[in-house]
Amino acid sequence: MARIGVFICHCGENISATVDVMKVAAEAAKIPGVAHSVEYKYMCSDPGQQLVKNAIREKGLTGVVVAACSPRMHEPTFRRACAEAGLNPFLCEMANIREHCSWVHEKGDATTDKAIDIVRTLVAKVKKNKALQPIKVPVTKVAMVIGGGIAGIQASLDIANAGHQVILVEKEPSIGGHMSQLSETFPTLDCSQCILTPRMVEVAQHLNITLFSYAELESLDGFIGNFKARIRKKARSLDEKLCTGCGLCTQKCPSRRIPSEFDAGLGLRPAIYVPFPQAVPNKPVIDREHCTYYRTGKCRLCEKVCPTQAIRFDQQDEIVEADVGAVVLATGFDIKHGDFFPEYGYGKYRDVIDGLQFERLASASGPTLGEIRRPSDGRVPETVVFVACAGSRDPAKGIEYCSKICCMYTAKHAMLYKHKVHHGKPYVFYMDIRAGGKMYEEFVRRAMEEDGVQYVRGRVSRIFERGGKLVVKGVDTLLAARPLEIEADLVVLATAGIAQPGAEELAQKLHVSYDAHKFYAEAHPKLRPVETNTAGIFLAGACQAPKDIPESVAQASGAAAKVAALFSQSELVREPLIAVVDRQAPPVYSSCVGCFLCQSACPYQAIEKEEIRGRDGQLLKTVAKVNPGLCQGCGTCVAFCRTKSIDIQGFSHEQVHAEVLALLNRGERDA
Amino acid sequence: MKTGFYPGCSMKGSAREYSESLLALAREIGRELPEVPDWNCCGATAAHNLDRDLALALPARILAAAEKAGMDEVLVPCAACYSRLKVTRHELLADDSLRQRISGLVEADYRGSAGVLNIIEWLGRVPDLEKLVKKPFQRKVACYYGCLLVRPAGVVKFDRPEDPQSMDLLMKKIGADPIDWAFKTECCGAGFSVSRTDLVARLSGQILDDAVSRGAEAVVVACPMCHLNLDLRRPNIEKRAGKKFHLPVIYITQAVGMALGLKPKQLGLQRHKVSPSALLAPASAKPPAGSKSASGDSPASAPLSGSSAGAPASTASKVN
Amino acid sequence: MRSEAHAHGVGAALSDRVREKTGVDVARCYQCGKCSAGCPLASEMDFPPSQVMHLLQLSAAFPELAEQALRSHTIWLCLTCEICYCRCPMELDIPAIMDALRHESLQQRKVNPRARDILAFHRAFLDSVKYTGRLFEMGQVVDYKLRSGHFLQDLLQAPWMFLVGKLHLLPERVRNRRQLARIFAKTLKARENRP
Ligand SMILES: Cc1cc2nc3c(=O)[nH]c(=O)nc-3n(C[C@H](O)[C@H](O)[C@H](O)COP(=O)(O)OP(=O)(O)OC[C@H]3O[C@@H](n4cnc5c(N)ncnc54)[C@H](O)[C@@H]3O)c2cc1C
Ligand code: SF4
Ligand code: SF4
Ligand code: SF4
Repeated sequence: MARIGVFICHCGENISATVDVMKVAAEAAKIPGVAHSVEYKYMCSDPGQQLVKNAIREKGLTGVVVAACSPRMHEPTFRRACAEAGLNPFLCEMANIREHCSWVHEKGDATTDKAIDIVRTLVAKVKKNKALQPIKVPVTKVAMVIGGGIAGIQASLDIANAGHQVILVEKEPSIGGHMSQLSETFPTLDCSQCILTPRMVEVAQHLNITLFSYAELESLDGFIGNFKARIRKKARSLDEKLCTGCGLCTQKCPSRRIPSEFDAGLGLRPAIYVPFPQAVPNKPVIDREHCTYYRTGKCRLCEKVCPTQAIRFDQQDEIVEADVGAVVLATGFDIKHGDFFPEYGYGKYRDVIDGLQFERLASASGPTLGEIRRPSDGRVPETVVFVACAGSRDPAKGIEYCSKICCMYTAKHAMLYKHKVHHGKPYVFYMDIRAGGKMYEEFVRRAMEEDGVQYVRGRVSRIFERGGKLVVKGVDTLLAARPLEIEADLVVLATAGIAQPGAEELAQKLHVSYDAHKFYAEAHPKLRPVETNTAGIFLAGACQAPKDIPESVAQASGAAAKVAALFSQSELVREPLIAVVDRQAPPVYSSCVGCFLCQSACPYQAIEKEEIRGRDGQLLKTVAKVNPGLCQGCGTCVAFCRTKSIDIQGFSHEQVHAEVLALLNRGERDA
Repeated sequence: MKTGFYPGCSMKGSAREYSESLLALAREIGRELPEVPDWNCCGATAAHNLDRDLALALPARILAAAEKAGMDEVLVPCAACYSRLKVTRHELLADDSLRQRISGLVEADYRGSAGVLNIIEWLGRVPDLEKLVKKPFQRKVACYYGCLLVRPAGVVKFDRPEDPQSMDLLMKKIGADPIDWAFKTECCGAGFSVSRTDLVARLSGQILDDAVSRGAEAVVVACPMCHLNLDLRRPNIEKRAGKKFHLPVIYITQAVGMALGLKPKQLGLQRHKVSPSALLAPASAKPPAGSKSASGDSPASAPLSGSSAGAPASTASKVN
Repeated sequence: MRSEAHAHGVGAALSDRVREKTGVDVARCYQCGKCSAGCPLASEMDFPPSQVMHLLQLSAAFPELAEQALRSHTIWLCLTCEICYCRCPMELDIPAIMDALRHESLQQRKVNPRARDILAFHRAFLDSVKYTGRLFEMGQVVDYKLRSGHFLQDLLQAPWMFLVGKLHLLPERVRNRRQLARIFAKTLKARENRP
């Protein structure tokens, strides 16, 4: 006879404000098989858990239902408590009366009734629960880091320094990410390249790190500790082992008028190129779209000049397979480009540029060698207008969130400009200044007080060109919202920080969730900021949301610590919520008829054939068998099996049926 | 497809030449333009400034009459009237109870079946307009759209609200050279022509100033109100600006009409305050040149030079 | 969730009444000022559009600010050029709000004295439409001159307009003028006569 305990949580007021928890407890007590029913303010707290443990011991409970929040939140908590009291943890179930009830309904009898129904179904289920044993799986102690910006670099180095192997996959010809494009960095104004390039070199030289640059993830299968990655190494069109990085080819290549991605379109590069002189690896790639040979079939000049005969025009993409135990996603972000702001002439006027372009103008390695010169005519701009929130906090033309980094880099830009053009006049149009962070507010104050940057509180309505000047029509809302007009030589838009263009596709390959803006979603916004909802896949840097370098690095180190913790175990414990094929005593052995429809349906290739032989070795029957290491518990096979011979442990036909009946019977009673 | 014609009040009066030139053009290309029967004033700015129901009822009465006459769409050449009719149709189709209430007011069951067409859309439909051109209109023109052809974007759903191009394309088809200028969609002062002439003089003055400074030989408009402000109010504008603008303002239909070889009289060109006679003289021989501005052309064409990127460093980079 | 407590009926804040009439929620405005930056007449206005939004935002707490909005010159200067709406990052239909404020201002007889000429013009315009169904420009101009007292200002243009055939001495008329009169009676007139 079942003895079920029901524990109803108020969740502070999260539940009790809309659900009458007393009534739920009273009603639950009346359900046949319920031996104990109580409510408490915080069931997950220590005294709350103690209530569960004591009841198990004192009342000899055979099953537990905790009516509280989502199982995603606290199922592990309560299962652990049950185990500590000697009850098999899989005999404990959560009835979600918060997300599925109190949060989504108004206070009232109907809401309380729904909560009671939810409890009723879980009681019915738990009566059918069976004690299960967790599955143990080995861990492959190799991490794959995707994205070689500062976040990916930091995560790789930290994991490698902890003694584990790292595979770093970067889609561009060089690692470095956006940080390599920056001139100097807030809030200290240290040179970006100077702090970044040593780390890039360290990555290249680290014995534990294998770098695949110009490569992308093709697919990822498996599960935590046991992933299988397929990586596409895009054809560089040269033999990396032979190439010495001498650069002769890049100097001789005749098609040289290609806008450089690294210089944000402000400089030019040849068809065979290295993105920037400090690139890692320092090996060129041929951009086949622009290369004369690939376009016309003639040229091959690089091949002729290459002293080591490294050029390979017929090279194909290569697929590399790797077993990895954990993945760190560090694919970074992008900024909004194009003519999404027609009233600002962005994409139309050459002297209306974005923040990254300004970084290149200010960078000693940039197209102007660090002199601020405007793109149209190369003149030094006397007046520069910086526009913050260009597309951020702008549901109409951009995105509704705050990109977080622009206030700071705009202050930096205005400052750098003033440092380089002493007589120049920098203006910043802003709505709010968000400078929370160590030394951040002080940095912005410095821009205003020491460098005399003119901050104008208001938005710009329109920018148009007149006689070689850009007329900026703005407003100062602190001056009675009077319109202002500034004739500028250069306008810098702090365009919104957005997700990488390929973010969604990659997320789907990895089965990780992402938000409406295609930024990767953390498992919990406060308590699990570096994990995804997929076990074994972690997050670092601006792929999760726009963030600055200190935050990206901190998160990367956090992700690396998570990976190291994972790799510190030799075995992992997995929940046994997997498919099992029916087994019976002879002479039936199994209800499975051996049609193997399940095998073709399983997306994880987890179904094998098992031959059942008699004592004499004679083949009696061939039946399906599930490999517990591969099965993900998706249940596809269950739906396919015609003889109902496959079940998912923990969600068996019997259990689900009992839940449904509990609801239906309630309907009969009400009628 | 039956296309009706709603002239609106000004095309019968102060903008007579707009309707003359339109009808002459319609004859020339063989289009019928029957007037909406017993049409009334759309109410213009005055109605929506003073009363919402009146502002909806007046246009609804017009549209209902067009529907009753079996018209599938109504050409509304005046941009101001176009806006009122378009907004009314939009609002009444979005809200059925409002539609019923206004139907009651105008004593007709307005269904919203007749579409509302502006002059650029109508001209854009003339097949092979280029081939009909007899005298290419080889002039630098400033296409002035004003406010109401393109805004509010969600209601009119015509061209883009910033830097629209449809009129420019049309002008190219008749051989003109539309300039890239900054005041295409800035307000001319609209309904303040009489009550706040001072404001009109300022706003319209800015528009003319920009057009002149970029070498326009004419401003092309599609709205009697804009025309009134830019042409008839020229003395006020010039007085305020303290200088003369010898820049004629012509209707889009007059520009197309001239290119199609219609007579100035047919197009009502004699009725302007600022004489467009300069446009009637043969165009100077020069081919229409693109108006290149200091920073206007394509971003990738000539990036900053002096780049060192692309070549890998043969020496080790300096690192702190 | 927004409290519905004082959203309806008398005593509702001006911002709530505006929302009721236009569907626009002024709470969305975050005072960026882009509307004022682009408004062609912001420099003539006592409250540029973003400030009108702020007056409305605070109107529930400070009724005297609602009063200022209704008595402002701004609402009559607004040209309905739609620039502000077109560029507002939060897509607030400011011109619709201006319409709603004008209607209330008129009904509550709070029209700013400086807007007299503008209002006189609108009235003259609509009178012409009321009697003839169409705008009779000549008649309207004369009517406006009488209402505003600016006799000579525009008549200077008139002889020239006659000459080129732009002004007519006699109005064009709609046939079914009775029906138009009924429309006016049920709309503008009904409201203006309300105490
Ligand atoms: C104009 C501007 C100025 C800034 N100034 C500062 C500053 O002064 N100080 C500061 O602290 N921060 C600054 N920042 C912010 C800084 O750039 C970011 O914090 C930092 O770049 C984030 O690093 P990341 O590694 O997360 O992303 P990224 O730098 O974007 O790197 C991501 C990397 O992943 C690679 N990648 C992307 N997708 C894939 C894929 N599918 N497969 C493989 N690889 C992939 C990319 O090629 C790239 O190399 C600035 C940002 C901007 C836009
Ligand atoms: S083939 Fe010619 S164009 Fe292509 S990379 Fe080599 S040298 Fe350059
Ligand atoms: S533009 Fe929109 S959000 Fe900005 S101040 Fe004006 S109404 Fe408010
Ligand atoms: S619609 Fe009115 S408030 Fe808005 S920009 Fe135009 S004149 Fe200004």
